[in-house]
Amino acid sequence: MMAQFSRFRLKGLVFLAIVVFALPLFISNPFHYGLATQIALIAGAVVGLNLLVGFAGQISLGHAGFFGVGAYFSAIMTSNYGWSAIPALVVGAIGVAIIAWAVGRPILRLKGHYLSMATLAVGFIIAIILNNERELTGGPDGMPMPAFDVFGWELSVFGQYSLFGMDISGDLAWYLFAGVILLAAVWLAQNLIDSPIGRALRSVHGSEVAASVVGVNTAKYKSLVFVISAVYASVMGALYGHFQGFITPSIASFDFSILLITMVVLGGMGSTIGVIIGAVVLELLPQVLADFQEMEMMLFGLILMLTMIFMPKGLLPTAANYLNKRRSKSAGGDA
Amino acid sequence: MTALVEVNNLSKAFGGVHAVEDVSFSVDAGQVYSVIGPNGAGKTTLFNLITGLYTPTSGEVKLNGESIAKLQPNDLAERGMCRTFQQMQICMNMTAIENVMLGRHLTLKSNLLTTLFRLPSLTRGEKAAREKAAELMEFVGCGEYLDTEASAMSYGALKRLEIARALAAEPKVVLLDEPAAGLNAVETAALEELIRKIAEQGITVMLVEHDMKLVMGISDRLLVLNYGRVLAEGTPEQIRANPDVIAAYLGG
Repeated sequence: MMAQFSRFRLKGLVFLAIVVFALPLFISNPFHYGLATQIALIAGAVVGLNLLVGFAGQISLGHAGFFGVGAYFSAIMTSNYGWSAIPALVVGAIGVAIIAWAVGRPILRLKGHYLSMATLAVGFIIAIILNNERELTGGPDGMPMPAFDVFGWELSVFGQYSLFGMDISGDLAWYLFAGVILLAAVWLAQNLIDSPIGRALRSVHGSEVAASVVGVNTAKYKSLVFVISAVYASVMGALYGHFQGFITPSIASFDFSILLITMVVLGGMGSTIGVIIGAVVLELLPQVLADFQEMEMMLFGLILMLTMIFMPKGLLPTAANYLNKRRSKSAGGDA
Repeated sequence: MTALVEVNNLSKAFGGVHAVEDVSFSVDAGQVYSVIGPNGAGKTTLFNLITGLYTPTSGEVKLNGESIAKLQPNDLAERGMCRTFQQMQICMNMTAIENVMLGRHLTLKSNLLTTLFRLPSLTRGEKAAREKAAELMEFVGCGEYLDTEASAMSYGALKRLEIARALAAEPKVVLLDEPAAGLNAVETAALEELIRKIAEQGITVMLVEHDMKLVMGISDRLLVLNYGRVLAEGTPEQIRANPDVIAAYLGG
Protein backbone atom coordinates (compact mmCIF):
# COMPACT_ATOMS: atom_id res chain seq x y z
CA MET A 1 0.00 0.00 0.00
CA MET A 2 2.80 2.34 0.79
CA ALA A 3 3.95 2.25 -2.79
CA GLN A 4 0.36 2.98 -3.75
CA PHE A 5 -0.01 5.73 -1.22
CA SER A 6 3.29 7.28 -2.20
CA ARG A 7 2.26 7.31 -5.81
CA PHE A 8 -1.07 8.82 -4.88
CA ARG A 9 0.70 11.36 -2.70
CA LEU A 10 3.05 12.31 -5.47
CA LYS A 11 0.13 12.65 -7.87
CA GLY A 12 -1.53 15.17 -5.56
CA LEU A 13 1.65 17.18 -5.21
CA VAL A 14 2.35 17.16 -8.95
CA PHE A 15 -1.23 18.14 -9.71
CA LEU A 16 -1.00 21.01 -7.26
CA ALA A 17 2.36 22.13 -8.68
CA ILE A 18 0.93 22.18 -12.20
CA VAL A 19 -2.06 24.24 -11.10
CA VAL A 20 0.12 26.66 -9.14
CA PHE A 21 2.63 27.26 -11.93
CA ALA A 22 0.14 27.20 -14.81
CA LEU A 23 -2.18 29.76 -13.25
CA PRO A 24 -0.05 32.78 -14.29
CA LEU A 25 -0.69 31.78 -17.90
CA PHE A 26 -4.36 32.55 -17.40
CA ILE A 27 -4.30 35.63 -15.21
CA SER A 28 -2.26 38.80 -15.36
CA ASN A 29 -4.29 41.30 -13.42
CA PRO A 30 -2.59 42.35 -10.12
CA PHE A 31 -5.90 41.97 -8.29
CA HIS A 32 -6.15 38.34 -9.38
CA TYR A 33 -2.55 37.68 -8.38
CA GLY A 34 -3.29 39.23 -5.01
CA LEU A 35 -6.32 37.04 -4.53
CA ALA A 36 -4.41 33.92 -5.57
CA THR A 37 -1.56 34.76 -3.17
CA GLN A 38 -3.99 35.27 -0.33
CA ILE A 39 -5.69 31.96 -1.12
CA ALA A 40 -2.37 30.09 -1.24
CA LEU A 41 -1.29 31.41 2.14
CA ILE A 42 -4.62 30.70 3.81
CA ALA A 43 -4.68 27.26 2.17
CA GLY A 44 -1.32 26.59 3.81
CA ALA A 45 -2.85 27.25 7.21
CA VAL A 46 -5.82 25.04 6.31
CA VAL A 47 -3.47 22.18 5.36
CA GLY A 48 -2.04 22.44 8.88
CA LEU A 49 -5.46 22.59 10.49
CA ASN A 50 -6.46 19.50 8.52
CA LEU A 51 -3.69 17.55 10.24
CA LEU A 52 -5.46 18.24 13.52
CA VAL A 53 -9.09 18.02 12.41
CA GLY A 54 -9.05 15.67 9.44
CA PHE A 55 -6.37 13.20 10.47
CA ALA A 56 -6.26 13.27 14.27
CA GLY A 57 -10.00 13.97 14.65
CA GLN A 58 -9.60 16.82 17.16
CA ILE A 59 -11.38 20.12 16.70
CA SER A 60 -10.05 23.64 17.02
CA LEU A 61 -12.35 26.65 16.80
CA GLY A 62 -9.56 29.04 17.72
CA HIS A 63 -6.99 28.49 15.03
CA ALA A 64 -7.26 32.03 13.71
CA GLY A 65 -5.78 33.00 17.08
CA PHE A 66 -2.51 31.26 16.21
CA PHE A 67 -2.61 32.78 12.72
CA GLY A 68 -3.03 36.18 14.38
CA VAL A 69 -0.24 35.70 16.90
CA GLY A 70 2.15 34.69 14.11
CA ALA A 71 1.21 37.75 12.06
CA TYR A 72 1.30 40.23 14.95
CA PHE A 73 4.54 38.92 16.41
CA SER A 74 6.23 39.35 13.03
CA ALA A 75 4.61 42.76 12.54
CA ILE A 76 5.75 44.05 15.92
CA MET A 77 9.29 42.73 15.69
CA THR A 78 9.87 43.90 12.11
CA SER A 79 8.08 47.28 12.40
CA ASN A 80 9.06 48.32 15.92
CA TYR A 81 12.30 46.51 16.59
CA GLY A 82 13.85 46.35 13.15
CA TRP A 83 14.07 42.56 13.02
CA SER A 84 14.42 40.85 9.69
CA ALA A 85 11.36 38.88 8.50
CA ILE A 86 12.70 35.35 8.81
CA PRO A 87 14.01 35.52 12.40
CA ALA A 88 10.71 37.16 13.40
CA LEU A 89 8.74 34.42 11.67
CA VAL A 90 10.79 31.63 13.24
CA VAL A 91 10.77 33.05 16.77
CA GLY A 92 7.04 33.75 16.43
CA ALA A 93 6.44 30.15 15.36
CA ILE A 94 8.43 28.86 18.33
CA GLY A 95 6.41 31.12 20.62
CA VAL A 96 3.15 29.85 19.14
CA ALA A 97 4.40 26.27 19.52
CA ILE A 98 4.99 26.91 23.22
CA ILE A 99 1.58 28.54 23.66
CA ALA A 100 -0.14 25.70 21.80
CA TRP A 101 1.71 23.09 23.82
CA ALA A 102 0.89 24.81 27.11
CA VAL A 103 -2.83 25.19 26.36
CA GLY A 104 -3.00 21.89 24.43
CA ARG A 105 -1.84 19.66 27.28
CA PRO A 106 -4.85 20.35 29.48
CA ILE A 107 -7.55 21.02 26.86
CA LEU A 108 -6.86 18.02 24.64
CA ARG A 109 -7.98 15.83 27.51
CA LEU A 110 -11.43 17.19 26.72
CA LYS A 111 -13.57 15.64 24.04
CA GLY A 112 -16.25 16.80 21.60
CA HIS A 113 -18.08 19.97 22.60
CA TYR A 114 -15.79 20.61 25.56
CA LEU A 115 -12.71 20.64 23.37
CA SER A 116 -14.50 22.96 20.90
CA MET A 117 -15.40 25.35 23.71
CA ALA A 118 -11.86 25.36 25.11
CA THR A 119 -10.24 26.08 21.73
CA LEU A 120 -12.92 28.70 21.07
CA ALA A 121 -11.95 30.40 24.33
CA VAL A 122 -8.24 30.36 23.43
CA GLY A 123 -9.07 32.06 20.13
CA PHE A 124 -11.22 34.67 21.85
CA ILE A 125 -8.55 35.47 24.45
CA ILE A 126 -5.97 36.05 21.71
CA ALA A 127 -8.39 38.25 19.74
CA ILE A 128 -9.20 40.28 22.85
CA ILE A 129 -5.53 40.82 23.65
CA LEU A 130 -4.79 41.95 20.07
CA ASN A 131 -7.74 44.35 20.21
CA ASN A 132 -6.82 45.87 23.55
CA GLU A 133 -3.03 46.11 23.57
CA ARG A 134 -3.18 49.33 21.56
CA GLU A 135 0.39 50.37 22.40
CA LEU A 136 1.73 47.23 20.80
CA THR A 137 -0.82 46.25 18.16
CA GLY A 138 -2.61 49.47 17.29
CA GLY A 139 -5.83 47.91 18.60
CA PRO A 140 -8.80 47.53 16.27
CA ASP A 141 -7.21 49.95 13.78
CA GLY A 142 -4.48 47.45 13.06
CA MET A 143 -0.84 48.03 12.28
CA PRO A 144 1.39 48.25 9.21
CA MET A 145 3.87 45.55 8.35
CA PRO A 146 7.02 45.96 6.22
CA ALA A 147 7.75 43.91 3.12
CA PHE A 148 9.11 40.40 3.49
CA ASP A 149 12.90 40.39 3.35
CA VAL A 150 15.63 37.80 3.09
CA PHE A 151 19.20 38.96 3.82
CA GLY A 152 18.45 42.48 2.69
CA TRP A 153 16.54 41.37 -0.41
CA GLU A 154 12.95 42.56 -0.24
CA LEU A 155 9.86 40.94 -1.66
CA SER A 156 7.27 43.61 -2.22
CA VAL A 157 4.14 43.62 -4.35
CA PHE A 158 5.31 46.98 -5.72
CA GLY A 159 8.75 45.71 -6.72
CA GLN A 160 10.13 44.50 -10.04
CA TYR A 161 12.07 41.26 -10.16
CA SER A 162 13.71 39.03 -12.67
CA LEU A 163 13.36 35.29 -12.60
CA PHE A 164 15.34 33.09 -15.02
CA GLY A 165 15.96 36.16 -17.13
CA MET A 166 12.27 37.13 -17.24
CA ASP A 167 11.04 40.39 -15.79
CA ILE A 168 8.18 39.78 -13.40
CA SER A 169 6.05 42.11 -11.35
CA GLY A 170 6.01 42.12 -7.56
CA ASP A 171 2.48 40.70 -7.62
CA LEU A 172 3.55 37.71 -9.64
CA ALA A 173 6.70 37.26 -7.54
CA TRP A 174 4.61 37.15 -4.36
CA TYR A 175 2.22 34.72 -5.96
CA LEU A 176 5.02 32.36 -6.99
CA PHE A 177 6.58 32.62 -3.54
CA ALA A 178 3.24 31.81 -1.85
CA GLY A 179 2.72 28.93 -4.29
CA VAL A 180 6.09 27.42 -3.40
CA ILE A 181 5.33 27.85 0.31
CA LEU A 182 2.00 26.05 -0.18
CA LEU A 183 3.69 23.19 -2.03
CA ALA A 184 6.24 22.89 0.77
CA ALA A 185 3.42 22.90 3.34
CA VAL A 186 1.64 20.10 1.47
CA TRP A 187 4.83 18.09 1.03
CA LEU A 188 5.65 18.27 4.73
CA ALA A 189 2.08 17.42 5.73
CA GLN A 190 2.00 14.40 3.42
CA ASN A 191 5.33 13.17 4.73
CA LEU A 192 4.00 13.47 8.25
CA ILE A 193 0.82 11.54 7.47
CA ASP A 194 2.59 8.65 5.76
CA SER A 195 4.89 7.81 8.68
CA PRO A 196 4.78 6.13 12.09
CA ILE A 197 3.87 9.48 13.63
CA GLY A 198 1.11 9.93 11.04
CA ARG A 199 -0.32 6.49 11.76
CA ALA A 200 -0.29 7.28 15.47
CA LEU A 201 -2.17 10.52 14.74
CA ARG A 202 -4.75 8.81 12.57
CA SER A 203 -5.19 6.02 15.11
CA VAL A 204 -6.19 8.64 17.69
CA HIS A 205 -9.05 9.43 15.31
CA GLY A 206 -9.79 5.80 14.39
CA SER A 207 -9.68 4.21 17.83
CA GLU A 208 -7.93 5.80 20.75
CA VAL A 209 -8.17 2.55 22.74
CA ALA A 210 -6.58 0.51 19.95
CA ALA A 211 -3.80 3.08 19.70
CA SER A 212 -3.05 2.99 23.40
CA VAL A 213 -2.91 -0.81 23.73
CA VAL A 214 -0.21 -1.06 21.08
CA GLY A 215 1.84 1.55 22.87
CA VAL A 216 0.78 4.90 21.37
CA ASN A 217 0.87 7.63 23.98
CA THR A 218 -2.28 9.30 22.68
CA ALA A 219 -2.01 12.39 24.89
CA LYS A 220 1.48 13.09 23.54
CA TYR A 221 0.41 12.75 19.91
CA LYS A 222 -2.64 14.95 20.36
CA SER A 223 -0.44 17.67 21.80
CA LEU A 224 2.09 17.19 19.02
CA VAL A 225 -0.42 17.59 16.20
CA PHE A 226 -2.03 20.56 17.94
CA VAL A 227 1.39 22.24 18.11
CA ILE A 228 2.23 21.40 14.49
CA SER A 229 -1.07 22.77 13.19
CA ALA A 230 -0.63 25.91 15.30
CA VAL A 231 2.87 26.41 13.87
CA TYR A 232 1.45 26.08 10.34
CA ALA A 233 -1.08 28.79 11.19
CA SER A 234 1.59 31.01 12.75
CA VAL A 235 3.96 30.82 9.78
CA MET A 236 1.16 31.43 7.28
CA GLY A 237 -0.13 34.29 9.42
CA ALA A 238 3.27 36.00 9.40
CA LEU A 239 3.61 35.62 5.61
CA TYR A 240 0.03 36.80 5.11
CA GLY A 241 0.81 39.93 7.13
CA HIS A 242 3.93 40.70 5.10
CA PHE A 243 1.96 40.22 1.92
CA GLN A 244 -0.95 42.43 2.96
CA GLY A 245 1.33 45.10 4.42
CA PHE A 246 -1.29 45.89 7.03
CA ILE A 247 -3.04 43.70 9.57
CA THR A 248 -6.04 44.08 11.83
CA PRO A 249 -7.28 41.84 14.65
CA SER A 250 -9.90 40.43 12.29
CA ILE A 251 -7.32 37.84 11.18
CA ALA A 252 -7.50 36.38 14.69
CA SER A 253 -11.28 36.60 14.92
CA PHE A 254 -13.81 33.88 15.63
CA ASP A 255 -15.25 34.41 12.14
CA PHE A 256 -11.92 33.58 10.58
CA SER A 257 -11.53 30.47 12.76
CA ILE A 258 -14.91 29.26 11.54
CA LEU A 259 -13.94 30.02 7.96
CA LEU A 260 -10.80 27.87 8.34
CA ILE A 261 -12.78 24.95 9.79
CA THR A 262 -15.40 25.31 7.06
CA MET A 263 -12.66 25.07 4.42
CA VAL A 264 -11.46 21.80 5.97
CA VAL A 265 -14.94 20.30 6.20
CA LEU A 266 -16.05 21.45 2.76
CA GLY A 267 -12.88 20.31 0.98
CA GLY A 268 -12.76 16.96 2.72
CA MET A 269 -11.41 16.17 6.16
CA GLY A 270 -8.26 14.13 5.85
CA SER A 271 -7.69 15.02 2.20
CA THR A 272 -4.76 17.41 1.84
CA ILE A 273 -5.58 18.42 -1.72
CA GLY A 274 -9.29 18.48 -0.85
CA VAL A 275 -8.93 21.10 1.86
CA ILE A 276 -7.01 23.33 -0.54
CA ILE A 277 -9.98 23.15 -2.89
CA GLY A 278 -12.13 24.06 0.11
CA ALA A 279 -9.95 27.13 0.70
CA VAL A 280 -10.15 28.14 -2.97
CA VAL A 281 -13.95 27.83 -3.10
CA LEU A 282 -14.58 29.71 0.12
CA GLU A 283 -12.15 32.50 -0.72
CA LEU A 284 -13.57 32.96 -4.20
CA LEU A 285 -17.20 32.82 -3.11
CA PRO A 286 -17.25 36.26 -1.43
CA GLN A 287 -15.76 37.72 -4.64
CA VAL A 288 -18.56 36.27 -6.69
CA LEU A 289 -21.21 37.19 -4.16
CA ALA A 290 -19.90 40.63 -3.26
CA ASP A 291 -23.46 41.98 -3.15
CA PHE A 292 -24.36 39.74 -0.23
CA GLN A 293 -21.42 40.66 1.95
CA GLU A 294 -23.43 41.15 5.12
CA MET A 295 -24.80 37.63 4.77
CA GLU A 296 -21.38 36.06 4.39
CA MET A 297 -21.28 34.32 7.77
CA MET A 298 -24.80 32.99 7.24
CA LEU A 299 -23.74 31.62 3.89
CA PHE A 300 -20.67 29.91 5.36
CA GLY A 301 -22.84 28.41 8.08
CA LEU A 302 -25.22 27.11 5.45
CA ILE A 303 -22.35 25.62 3.43
CA LEU A 304 -20.99 23.92 6.54
CA MET A 305 -24.41 22.48 7.36
CA LEU A 306 -25.16 21.28 3.84
CA THR A 307 -21.72 19.69 3.54
CA MET A 308 -22.18 17.81 6.80
CA ILE A 309 -25.59 16.55 5.72
CA PHE A 310 -25.07 15.75 2.05
CA MET A 311 -21.38 15.00 1.73
CA PRO A 312 -19.86 14.48 5.15
CA LYS A 313 -16.60 13.36 3.57
CA GLY A 314 -16.22 16.67 1.75
CA LEU A 315 -15.96 17.78 -1.86
CA LEU A 316 -12.91 15.94 -3.14
CA PRO A 317 -13.40 12.51 -1.46
CA THR A 318 -17.08 12.53 -2.48
CA ALA A 319 -16.20 13.37 -6.07
CA ALA A 320 -13.43 10.73 -6.14
CA ASN A 321 -15.84 8.14 -4.77
CA TYR A 322 -18.44 9.04 -7.37
CA LEU A 323 -15.93 8.77 -10.22
CA ASN A 324 -14.58 5.45 -8.92
CA LYS A 325 -18.08 4.03 -8.75
CA ARG A 326 -18.86 5.15 -12.26
CA ARG A 327 -15.60 3.75 -13.53
CA SER A 328 -16.10 0.35 -11.88
CA LYS A 329 -19.69 0.32 -13.13
CA SER A 330 -18.66 0.90 -16.73
CA ALA A 331 -15.83 -1.62 -16.33
CA GLY A 332 -18.40 -4.10 -15.02
CA GLY A 333 -20.60 -3.32 -18.04
CA ASP A 334 -17.76 -4.13 -20.43
CA ALA A 335 -17.02 -7.48 -18.82
CA MET B 1 8.99 -21.05 37.09
CA THR B 2 8.09 -17.44 37.89
CA ALA B 3 4.66 -16.17 37.05
CA LEU B 4 4.51 -13.78 34.08
CA VAL B 5 1.17 -12.32 35.11
CA GLU B 6 0.17 -12.32 38.74
CA VAL B 7 -3.17 -11.06 40.01
CA ASN B 8 -3.57 -10.55 43.76
CA ASN B 9 -6.92 -9.91 45.48
CA LEU B 10 -8.10 -7.76 42.60
CA SER B 11 -11.46 -5.99 43.01
CA LYS B 12 -13.42 -3.51 40.95
CA ALA B 13 -16.69 -1.96 42.00
CA PHE B 14 -18.90 0.23 39.79
CA GLY B 15 -20.96 2.05 42.40
CA GLY B 16 -22.50 -0.77 44.39
CA VAL B 17 -21.87 -3.43 41.77
CA HIS B 18 -18.87 -5.62 42.44
CA ALA B 19 -17.90 -6.58 38.92
CA VAL B 20 -14.70 -8.28 40.05
CA GLU B 21 -14.19 -9.24 43.66
CA ASP B 22 -11.08 -10.56 45.35
CA VAL B 23 -9.72 -12.40 42.33
CA SER B 24 -6.26 -13.97 42.55
CA PHE B 25 -4.43 -16.18 40.08
CA SER B 26 -1.15 -16.37 38.24
CA VAL B 27 -0.18 -17.20 34.68
CA ASP B 28 3.16 -18.80 33.86
CA ALA B 29 5.11 -17.79 30.79
CA GLY B 30 4.24 -19.85 27.75
CA GLN B 31 0.82 -20.96 28.98
CA VAL B 32 -2.53 -20.64 27.30
CA TYR B 33 -4.67 -19.40 30.15
CA SER B 34 -8.42 -18.99 29.74
CA VAL B 35 -10.99 -17.10 31.74
CA ILE B 36 -14.52 -18.44 31.42
CA GLY B 37 -17.82 -17.83 33.13
CA PRO B 38 -21.45 -17.01 32.42
CA ASN B 39 -22.41 -13.64 30.89
CA GLY B 40 -21.75 -10.80 33.29
CA ALA B 41 -19.32 -12.82 35.37
CA GLY B 42 -16.73 -10.05 35.08
CA LYS B 43 -14.39 -11.58 32.51
CA THR B 44 -13.98 -8.51 30.33
CA THR B 45 -13.78 -6.27 33.39
CA LEU B 46 -10.92 -8.47 34.59
CA PHE B 47 -9.14 -8.03 31.25
CA ASN B 48 -9.71 -4.28 31.35
CA LEU B 49 -8.18 -4.17 34.82
CA ILE B 50 -5.15 -6.21 33.80
CA THR B 51 -4.51 -4.11 30.69
CA GLY B 52 -4.82 -0.77 32.46
CA LEU B 53 -8.08 0.44 30.92
CA TYR B 54 -9.73 0.37 34.36
CA THR B 55 -8.16 1.29 37.68
CA PRO B 56 -8.75 -1.38 40.34
CA THR B 57 -10.71 -0.51 43.48
CA SER B 58 -8.24 -2.65 45.38
CA GLY B 59 -5.67 -5.35 44.78
CA GLU B 60 -2.81 -5.43 42.33
CA VAL B 61 -1.63 -6.85 39.02
CA LYS B 62 2.00 -7.76 38.44
CA LEU B 63 3.70 -8.25 35.11
CA ASN B 64 7.10 -9.91 35.41
CA GLY B 65 7.09 -9.09 39.10
CA GLU B 66 6.39 -5.37 38.57
CA SER B 67 3.16 -3.87 39.87
CA ILE B 68 1.29 -2.40 36.92
CA ALA B 69 -2.07 -1.42 38.37
CA LYS B 70 -1.35 2.33 38.02
CA LEU B 71 0.13 2.24 34.53
CA GLN B 72 -1.56 3.38 31.32
CA PRO B 73 -2.24 0.88 28.50
CA ASN B 74 0.59 2.31 26.41
CA ASP B 75 3.04 1.77 29.29
CA LEU B 76 1.91 -1.85 29.45
CA ALA B 77 2.48 -2.30 25.74
CA GLU B 78 6.05 -1.14 26.31
CA ARG B 79 6.39 -3.86 28.93
CA GLY B 80 5.15 -6.54 26.59
CA MET B 81 1.40 -6.76 27.15
CA CYS B 82 -1.01 -6.42 24.27
CA ARG B 83 -4.65 -7.25 23.71
CA THR B 84 -7.65 -7.49 21.42
CA PHE B 85 -11.22 -6.50 22.20
CA GLN B 86 -14.61 -8.10 22.33
CA GLN B 87 -15.97 -4.98 20.65
CA MET B 88 -13.28 -4.80 17.99
CA GLN B 89 -11.11 -1.71 18.04
CA ILE B 90 -9.94 -1.23 14.47
CA CYS B 91 -8.96 2.09 12.94
CA MET B 92 -11.50 2.26 10.14
CA ASN B 93 -9.79 5.34 8.68
CA MET B 94 -6.79 3.23 7.65
CA THR B 95 -6.02 0.27 5.45
CA ALA B 96 -5.62 -3.23 6.88
CA ILE B 97 -1.85 -3.24 6.76
CA GLU B 98 -1.65 0.24 8.28
CA ASN B 99 -3.60 -1.09 11.25
CA VAL B 100 -1.01 -3.82 11.70
CA MET B 101 1.85 -1.37 11.14
CA LEU B 102 0.37 0.69 13.95
CA GLY B 103 1.23 -2.30 16.11
CA ARG B 104 4.88 -1.74 15.20
CA HIS B 105 4.69 1.72 16.76
CA LEU B 106 6.98 0.95 19.69
CA THR B 107 9.63 -0.72 17.54
CA LEU B 108 9.75 2.19 15.08
CA LYS B 109 11.97 4.97 16.27
CA SER B 110 11.06 8.17 14.51
CA ASN B 111 11.54 11.82 15.21
CA LEU B 112 9.82 14.79 13.70
CA LEU B 113 12.77 15.81 11.55
CA THR B 114 13.27 12.47 9.78
CA THR B 115 9.50 12.30 9.37
CA LEU B 116 8.87 15.78 7.92
CA PHE B 117 11.70 15.50 5.42
CA ARG B 118 11.18 11.79 4.82
CA LEU B 119 14.83 10.94 5.30
CA PRO B 120 16.12 7.51 4.20
CA SER B 121 16.20 6.13 7.75
CA LEU B 122 12.44 6.60 7.94
CA THR B 123 11.78 4.97 4.59
CA ARG B 124 13.92 1.98 5.60
CA GLY B 125 12.06 1.58 8.88
CA GLU B 126 8.72 1.83 7.11
CA LYS B 127 9.69 -0.77 4.56
CA ALA B 128 10.77 -3.21 7.26
CA ALA B 129 7.58 -2.52 9.23
CA ARG B 130 5.47 -3.16 6.18
CA GLU B 131 7.23 -6.45 5.48
CA LYS B 132 6.79 -7.56 9.07
CA ALA B 133 3.12 -6.53 9.01
CA ALA B 134 2.50 -8.41 5.77
CA GLU B 135 4.14 -11.48 7.27
CA LEU B 136 1.91 -11.26 10.33
CA MET B 137 -1.22 -10.82 8.23
CA GLU B 138 -0.24 -13.94 6.35
CA PHE B 139 0.37 -15.69 9.69
CA VAL B 140 -3.10 -14.90 11.05
CA GLY B 141 -4.73 -15.68 7.73
CA CYS B 142 -5.77 -12.34 6.27
CA GLY B 143 -2.81 -11.89 3.95
CA GLU B 144 -5.04 -11.23 0.96
CA TYR B 145 -6.32 -7.95 2.42
CA LEU B 146 -3.02 -6.03 2.64
CA ASP B 147 -4.13 -2.77 1.08
CA THR B 148 -7.85 -3.11 1.62
CA GLU B 149 -9.50 -0.33 3.56
CA ALA B 150 -10.31 -1.73 7.01
CA SER B 151 -13.88 -0.47 6.62
CA ALA B 152 -14.36 -2.80 3.63
CA MET B 153 -13.30 -5.98 5.43
CA SER B 154 -15.51 -8.74 6.80
CA TYR B 155 -16.05 -9.26 10.50
CA GLY B 156 -14.03 -12.47 10.63
CA ALA B 157 -11.09 -10.92 8.77
CA LEU B 158 -11.11 -7.92 11.10
CA LYS B 159 -10.96 -10.20 14.12
CA ARG B 160 -7.82 -11.81 12.71
CA LEU B 161 -6.45 -8.40 11.78
CA GLU B 162 -6.77 -7.29 15.37
CA ILE B 163 -4.72 -10.30 16.49
CA ALA B 164 -2.07 -9.46 13.88
CA ARG B 165 -1.89 -5.91 15.23
CA ALA B 166 -1.41 -7.18 18.78
CA LEU B 167 1.33 -9.56 17.63
CA ALA B 168 3.06 -6.78 15.71
CA ALA B 169 3.97 -5.19 19.03
CA GLU B 170 6.00 -8.33 19.82
CA PRO B 171 4.27 -8.94 23.14
CA LYS B 172 5.29 -11.39 25.84
CA VAL B 173 1.65 -11.89 26.71
CA VAL B 174 -1.37 -11.28 24.52
CA LEU B 175 -4.91 -11.08 25.88
CA LEU B 176 -7.66 -12.11 23.48
CA ASP B 177 -11.16 -11.06 24.49
CA GLU B 178 -13.68 -13.42 22.90
CA PRO B 179 -11.81 -13.99 19.64
CA ALA B 180 -14.32 -16.64 18.53
CA ALA B 181 -17.45 -14.56 19.13
CA GLY B 182 -19.43 -14.30 15.90
CA LEU B 183 -17.25 -16.78 14.01
CA ASN B 184 -18.63 -19.88 12.29
CA ALA B 185 -17.34 -23.41 12.97
CA VAL B 186 -14.73 -23.35 10.21
CA GLU B 187 -13.40 -19.96 11.31
CA THR B 188 -13.32 -21.13 14.93
CA ALA B 189 -11.26 -24.16 13.98
CA ALA B 190 -8.82 -21.88 12.14
CA LEU B 191 -8.69 -19.64 15.21
CA GLU B 192 -7.85 -22.60 17.44
CA GLU B 193 -5.00 -23.47 15.11
CA LEU B 194 -3.82 -19.84 15.19
CA ILE B 195 -3.81 -19.64 18.98
CA ARG B 196 -1.79 -22.84 19.09
CA LYS B 197 0.73 -21.37 16.67
CA ILE B 198 0.99 -18.18 18.74
CA ALA B 199 1.63 -20.22 21.89
CA GLU B 200 4.25 -22.29 20.07
CA GLN B 201 6.21 -19.10 19.45
CA GLY B 202 6.56 -18.74 23.20
CA ILE B 203 3.95 -16.00 23.55
CA THR B 204 1.73 -16.38 26.58
CA VAL B 205 -1.93 -16.24 25.62
CA MET B 206 -4.76 -15.20 27.92
CA LEU B 207 -8.21 -15.86 26.60
CA VAL B 208 -11.76 -14.87 27.46
CA GLU B 209 -14.04 -17.16 25.55
CA HIS B 210 -17.49 -18.69 25.54
CA ASP B 211 -16.80 -21.50 23.10
CA MET B 212 -16.21 -24.39 25.51
CA LYS B 213 -14.90 -26.79 22.92
CA LEU B 214 -12.25 -24.27 21.86
CA VAL B 215 -11.30 -23.37 25.42
CA MET B 216 -11.06 -26.93 26.74
CA GLY B 217 -9.01 -27.96 23.74
CA ILE B 218 -6.23 -25.39 23.88
CA SER B 219 -5.98 -24.14 27.46
CA ASP B 220 -3.27 -25.21 29.88
CA ARG B 221 -5.24 -23.78 32.77
CA LEU B 222 -8.62 -22.17 33.26
CA LEU B 223 -10.13 -19.66 35.63
CA VAL B 224 -13.89 -19.80 36.13
CA LEU B 225 -15.60 -16.59 37.28
CA ASN B 226 -19.13 -16.31 38.56
CA TYR B 227 -20.64 -13.04 39.81
CA GLY B 228 -17.16 -11.52 39.83
CA ARG B 229 -15.65 -14.15 42.10
CA VAL B 230 -13.39 -17.09 41.41
CA LEU B 231 -15.47 -20.24 41.22
CA ALA B 232 -12.70 -22.61 40.27
CA GLU B 233 -9.19 -22.69 38.86
CA GLY B 234 -7.24 -25.55 37.37
CA THR B 235 -6.52 -27.70 34.36
CA PRO B 236 -9.30 -28.43 31.85
CA GLU B 237 -9.79 -31.89 33.39
CA GLN B 238 -10.15 -30.47 36.88
CA ILE B 239 -12.58 -27.81 35.69
CA ARG B 240 -14.69 -30.30 33.77
CA ALA B 241 -15.03 -32.43 36.90
CA ASN B 242 -15.71 -29.54 39.28
CA PRO B 243 -19.28 -29.75 40.69
CA ASP B 244 -19.50 -25.97 41.32
CA VAL B 245 -18.70 -25.25 37.68
CA ILE B 246 -21.26 -27.75 36.47
CA ALA B 247 -23.85 -26.18 38.76
CA ALA B 248 -23.10 -22.63 37.58
CA TYR B 249 -23.24 -23.57 33.92
CA LEU B 250 -26.21 -25.88 34.06
CA GLY B 251 -28.08 -23.85 36.66
CA GLY B 252 -28.17 -26.68 39.19
